[in-house]
Order: sequence, then C-alpha cells, then structure tokens
Amino acid sequence: MTVQELPGAASYRFTPPPAWKPRTDPAPLLPDPEPFRVLGTDAAAGFAPAVLRRLYAELVRGRRYNAQATALTKQGRLAVYPSSTGQEACEVAAALVLEEQDWLFPSYRDTLAAVARGLDPVEALTLLRGDWHTGYDPREHRIAPLCTPLATQLPHAVGLAHAARLKGDDVVALAMVGDGGTSEGDFHEALNFAAVWQAPVVFLVQNNGFAISVPLAKQTAAPSLAHKAVGYGMPGRLVDGNDAAAVHQVLSEAVARARRGGGPTLVEAVTYRVEAHTNADDATRYRGDGEVEAWRQHDPIKLLERELTERGLIDEDGVREAAERAEAMAARLRERMNADAVLDPMDLFTHVYAEQTAQLREQAAQLRAELDAEAEGDER
Amino acid sequence: MTTVAAKPATAAKPATMAQALQRAMRDAMAEDPTVHVMGEDVGTLGGVFRVTDGLAKEFGDDRCTDTPLAEAGILGTAVGMAMYGLRPVVEMQFDAFAYPAFEQMVSHVSRMRNRTRGAMPMPLVVRVPYGGGIGGVEHHSDSSEAYYMATPGLHVVTPATVADAYGLLRAAIASDDPVVFLEPKRLYWSKSDWSPDAPTAVEPIGRAVVRRTGRSATLITYGPSLPVCMEAAEAARAEGWDLEVVDLRSLVPFDDETVCASVRRTGRAVVVHESTGFAGPGAEIAARVTERCFHHLEAPVLRVAGFDIPYPPPMLERHHLPGVDRILDAVARLQWEAGS
Ligand SMILES: Cc1ncc(C[n+]2csc(CCOP(=O)(O)OP(=O)(O)O)c2C)c(N)n1
Repeated sequence: MTVQELPGAASYRFTPPPAWKPRTDPAPLLPDPEPFRVLGTDAAAGFAPAVLRRLYAELVRGRRYNAQATALTKQGRLAVYPSSTGQEACEVAAALVLEEQDWLFPSYRDTLAAVARGLDPVEALTLLRGDWHTGYDPREHRIAPLCTPLATQLPHAVGLAHAARLKGDDVVALAMVGDGGTSEGDFHEALNFAAVWQAPVVFLVQNNGFAISVPLAKQTAAPSLAHKAVGYGMPGRLVDGNDAAAVHQVLSEAVARARRGGGPTLVEAVTYRVEAHTNADDATRYRGDGEVEAWRQHDPIKLLERELTERGLIDEDGVREAAERAEAMAARLRERMNADAVLDPMDLFTHVYAEQTAQLREQAAQLRAELDAEAEGDER
Repeated sequence: MTTVAAKPATAAKPATMAQALQRAMRDAMAEDPTVHVMGEDVGTLGGVFRVTDGLAKEFGDDRCTDTPLAEAGILGTAVGMAMYGLRPVVEMQFDAFAYPAFEQMVSHVSRMRNRTRGAMPMPLVVRVPYGGGIGGVEHHSDSSEAYYMATPGLHVVTPATVADAYGLLRAAIASDDPVVFLEPKRLYWSKSDWSPDAPTAVEPIGRAVVRRTGRSATLITYGPSLPVCMEAAEAARAEGWDLEVVDLRSLVPFDDETVCASVRRTGRAVVVHESTGFAGPGAEIAARVTERCFHHLEAPVLRVAGFDIPYPPPMLERHHLPGVDRILDAVARLQWEAGS
C-alpha cells in the first residue's frame, strides 16, 4: 500500500505522539534580526568601566600579537599564521567571560583567545611554529588543543561539559568555530547533543565572511548562522563581533545561562577577516579592497577607543600605556621566538603510547643509531 | 595498451604536476559534459594548490563548484550525482580532512556496484593531496593510502611524474568505478618537459612501470617516494649496486606481473613508502612478492617506511621520512645470509 492508498492520506496531518512535546515555543529561541550592539548606543552608559578598560588593553595587545606573529612567518620563524586581526573583540571576550574552572575549545585561528586566557604566548604558537602539534597541557589552563580539523572540537566541548555536570562540577565550556565550520556534520551533531543533554556549553561562531575563498552566501542559505540554533531547541544570539562590549555581554549571558542549568546557546558574532586566510593565502583572488576598507572603518579597537574617550575613561596617556605594554609583549615574543627551538628527535617515539611498544623501541634504536652516525660524521 | 588522444595545440605549456592535473580535468570536462568538479575553494580560488585553476571560469559554477565546507556532504552528494549519471571529480583539500567523508567512502562509494549486482556503478574520482615533506602543520601531511587500499571496491592510484598525473587522472575520470586519486603534494611543483601540445597519453589504471633498470635488486615504490628511490639508485652505484626501480602508479589494482618479473630478475627487493610500516602498504606488497617469487629471492623482502607514529611536526619530519640513507642501509642488508 502506498501513501496515496492509505485511508485519509490526502488530509493526512502529522500529529506528534502524545509523549512528544516541543521543549519551547520557537519564538524566544530566534535571534534578533539585527546584531546586538552596545558601543555607541545608550546601553554603553551602563557598562562597567573596568570591563571596558580590560577589554581595551587586551584588544591592543591582541592586535600587536597578530602583527608580530605575522612578521615571524616572514622571517621563517613560524611555519604559518592565521591572523585574527579585526576579530580581536571575539577572541578576547571569549577568554574573559570564562571562570577559572571553565574550558575553552578554540579553533586553529584562536591563538589570541588562548593567550588572553593565560596561555604562554610562545606555547600558543607551538603548533604553528612546527616544533610539536599542541605541546601545552590542556588541563593547565583548561584550553583544549588548537584544533585544525574544522568543527571536530565542538562535540568534545559538549562531552566535557556534560561530564562535568554529571560529576556535579560547576564548569561551562565555550567552543569556537568559524562560519565555514558550521557546515560540517560535527557542528550539527554537537548542537543537537548539547540541546538534548542541556549541556552547559556556549558555541561561538565567528562569522568573518569567508571560509578561505568561499563567501558566506555559498556556505549557507539561512537568514543568519544564529538561526541554526532554533531547530535544535536552543536560543541563537546575533551580535556585532567588532563591538567588544556587546560580545562580552552576550557571551556572559550565555555562560550564566549555561551555569544555572539553562542549557546551551549558539552565538553568532558578525565580524570580518581583515588579513588573508593565512600568510600563505592570496586574498586578492576572491575579494576586493573596497570591502576590506569598509570593515577597517568598523574596527573593534577604534570603536572601543572612541567610547572610552567620549566617556572620559581613557586619555592619551592611557592609550599610550596600552600601546607600550603591547609593544613590550611583542618584543619579548620576538626575542623568545628568535631563539632556535631545541628539539630531541627521539621524542618522536616518546608519547605515542603510555608504554612504548616493542616495534617503537626498535624504531627508536634505529633512529638513535642514525643520529649517532650523523654526529660522528659531523665531528670528523 | 596505451590510448592516445589528440590534443589541441595551446600557447601555454603546462610543466608542473599541478598544471598537468588541471589540464586533465579541463580536457575531460571539455569532452564530456557529465564531468563535474566540486570541493572546497575549487572555484574562484582554483583550489588551495591551484589544481582547479580556471575551470570555474571556463565551464561555469555548475561544472566546477565551490561547495559548503563539509567533506561528508561533498562525497555524499557526489554519490547521488553519480547515481543520476554524472561523473563527479571531488577534491578533498588535504589528506586528513578527507576523514569526515570516510563513512561515505566505505559504506557507499566502495560498495554501490557490489550491492546492486552491478546495476549501479560509481564513476567518481576523489582527489586527495597526500603525504608530507612540505612543512605542513598537524593534519596536513598524512599518508592515508592503506585505509583506502583496505576497502574493497576502490581503485587507488598515485602518480609520481607529471606525465602520469595527466594520463592517470584522465583514466580515473573515464573509469566506471570509483577511484581514489592520491596526489603527492610535495611533487605538485615538480617540473618536466611533458607537454599537452604533443599527443598526450591516457595511462590505463593498474600498470606499474620500470623507471630504471638494474640487476642487483628492485626498489618498489610509488608517489612521493619515487624521486627519493631514483636518487638512492644513483647513489648505490658507488657501492656496486645496480638497482632497478619500479613505480607502482596503481596500488589497487596491483600489477603483480611487472613487480614480480622485476624481482625474479634481480632476486632482491625493498619496498619504499613514507606511510607507516606496520600494516602499511609495504606489508601487503612484501607478502605478495614473497608468495609469488619465493624461489627467486636471495633475501627477505625489506621495507623502508615512515615510523609507526602520528605524522610528526614539520621541524621533525626529516627524521621520519624515508630518505636515501635509509634506503641504502636496507639495500646493504639485502646481502643476507640464511641463518644470520
Ligand atoms: C575538516 C576540514 N576540512 C577542511 C579544512 C581546510 N581548511 C582550513 S581552514 C578552512 C576554512 C575555514 O573557514 P571558517 O570555518 O569560516 O574559519 P575561518 O578560517 O574563517 O576562521 C578550511 C577549508 C580543515 N581544516 N578541516
């Protein structure tokens, strides 16, 4: 019997089984039609000056970090660097809204977020420098490894947050992903699990307009990426990603919601990737200068500096001081990165298994012999 | 049997492997409107390695498509397109980013013909840049050939020369079976005087080729390790070794005939690849050669492979990749005496 032949098929309407009820009315889950803004609006007046000052200092430091790291690629000190210039407000806010016990799950572009959370600036570059893959201990600062395969860290964030809740711990996980990454299956599976489990997770999408060369219009047909939340049963928030105060506020609210058992939130921060995808990419192939220039006018540092100046929260000395601190950080970074990494090739075999296999011991011995022969050759 | 297709003369003279691959897709698309190229950044950008450069401009977005960023989706939709009679040529951006598509590869691409008693072929090509040696960060240097080789129903092909890049890709696109086309990314910029102006050979899949003849032992290799083996063979002359080098080109199907003929002539063999050794491609190759040539062998078939570790970070990769010295060491061990 086909569907047409079923009695009453023509007037068939789907009725959910009695036990199934949508969790919520979708209306409160929908994002605002316009990105949420604080700077330059009335909402700014009520914003804590201390937070604004802290954000400013970190933005300035972050921008300098990006510039320094990019310079290091030109000197061959870094294999590659994906700059987050223009996106610093998202990076910094993501780090600052978390408590010490919380976890950050960055993507490969989010070096700054990791540094703002306290990771050593050199350790944060280990992956990109090429001396080890992650190098740092994720437990030390509760920062998962900077993740290259897109969106694969998102289910991890859900699992970790879920585990913490099962143990009764007060832990929130904040997971970062790009606009391109939202197309991956892992993104959707992570959102679904998070909503079903009501896991204390915040998903932050940095919509910077491009996935390498592919513009958002070829990535999604949704009205916004924040809309994707609704279908999974979680709220979606749209925020101006260049407005540090707005990102800070929206993320803080999402974290607070997760912390009190309210479940996950998807936050889309609308921002722009000012530099190329990485230092190895040629952005002129897929976008024009005019577009970049327009976004430079909506720069996160400019926006915040204007607000701080207008409200008398910073003066010329304050601006100079922030710049000087950033410069000092860059000088230290440069100096430390200019020292050659000290590596032991034998480490190749050290951390593959908890206990080395017989095969690996054999291969280690082979390499040892090769290295010894090499050293002898050098001496002679 | 080598088929020859006449090529229209062009001013530009492709010389790199990347250009030869691009030319192969272009010619196939021009000849057959069912050939579609798809993947991440393959359109406007021309791929991160520029292998699809110009195709979108020439054939339009529908024939060379920038897809959303989702490998499972890319391969899964390609399966549907192939079910409807198109010939998708899919680009996976890097070896380790093809893994999300593994489900489609193993559960559908590889077995569609088999499960439908031959009714539903899968004429698609999955191009995967693979291997190390380019200083890539984590997840940009994997050699994934063993996973594909272990999946019945897939052809697994890997060119080592510019001419083969063209010839094998043309054959892969023409094949009515799915082909995993592994592109040794560190050879993308290798040059040759291969020219599309001259009639260009379409190389049938499944045939190995002897790149260098010799009498004292056979190096069996493919893809990124071929140039290393050629160099090792040159260096071995000083030690009195006259090495033969066999380039497999096709891992599945495997050319037992060419390989075994060579090993029977030389009596000794070393398999060389940068993929891990344990349960790697060399394990299968050494076993086959031993089964078929046992009475001709003067020594066990040896393997020179990458270590059995996750692909190392760029600063350490030179210690991992099989180089000339490691190959020469293995060659020296071929002076094997029973009982030693
Ligand atoms: C699974 C996977 N597929 C492909 C890639 C290659 N790749 C690296 S970055 C990138 C674009 C990412 O775009 P988006 O998610 O928007 O982040 P953005 O780079 O803009 O920060 C791609 C395709 C990858 N890293 N992982």
